[in-house]
Amino acid sequence: MDLTQLSPDEVIYWEWGFVKLNATIAFTWGVMALMILVAWLVSRRITTTSDIPRAQNALELVVEYIKDQIREISGGDRPEPYLPFVGTLFLFIAVANLLTILPGYVPPTASLSTTAALAGAVFLAVPAYGIVREGARTFFRHYIEPSPVMLPFNIIGDLSRTLALAVRLFGNAMSGAKIVAVLVAVIPFLFPIVFRALGLLTGLIQAYIFAILAMVYIASGMSAAEVSSSADKEKAKTSERNNS
Amino acid sequence: MEPDVAIGMVSVITAGLTMAIGSIGPALGEARALDRALASIAQQPDEAGRIIRTAFVGLAFIESTAIYCFVISIILIFANPFWNQVTGG
Repeated sequence: MDLTQLSPDEVIYWEWGFVKLNATIAFTWGVMALMILVAWLVSRRITTTSDIPRAQNALELVVEYIKDQIREISGGDRPEPYLPFVGTLFLFIAVANLLTILPGYVPPTASLSTTAALAGAVFLAVPAYGIVREGARTFFRHYIEPSPVMLPFNIIGDLSRTLALAVRLFGNAMSGAKIVAVLVAVIPFLFPIVFRALGLLTGLIQAYIFAILAMVYIASGMSAAEVSSSADKEKAKTSERNNS
Repeated sequence: MEPDVAIGMVSVITAGLTMAIGSIGPALGEARALDRALASIAQQPDEAGRIIRTAFVGLAFIESTAIYCFVISIILIFANPFWNQVTGG
């Protein structure tokens, strides 16, 4: 990808009629294949004894970290229902961004199509989790609380945060690639490496932010149930204290 | 002045101005937010994890205004919709 191309969508490797294989699709499938391969290799010799393989230990660390973060955001909820979705978002974006250390690789997240698809998945996941958790009636009642006047604002808020989610990741990933391309043209000695390292940092932070925001949105869609359950917990705690 | 020259000149100047003016607000806002977050961590190191997470989420929101400006300027340079009108598609 050179400087005149906005996104990896414009790098076309193979074309047949209206079917085009561009760099975004190729690298997305590459990232997915790599993640599946690593997960398969590690989980092949999985064990529950204390003598665990190194790779399994490393992946368990990542999964435990994601679980902890989900648990803290959702207010002590069980993380298992959200782990597949939020964890996959985090791992995919993190791997896609971190692989920029390979020469010739263009992160698929530098294309607005990829990030829009990910943000769309979050947009659909929020009502899905909310309805499964507390029923359609309670979930959609959030939109007209405290009064029906808030209905358009809530809908606009849902749409604009989806847009912001997509554009934020796209802007960060694309600006990382573009800044390195500009620097290679201007000062091709040593400086691009520094900014490549900075790009790795922002890539990882953006993956974290994307997953955290997805979880915050999902949790906010279930806020009513959560508030009542934490109120119950509070009540149980005070009654316990009174009994003892 | 030829229309394509005018469009190119205005687009480049506007792209630069968009970034320059549009990053002032988010920069000041992020500085304030980070200032408070660091002060809070210094006061309560035990809550550092939660403060950092909330700060990151907040910074991401503040930053999105700057990123909108960046995307606008990138569109002006790379995918300017007015080019097609002078070059004829």
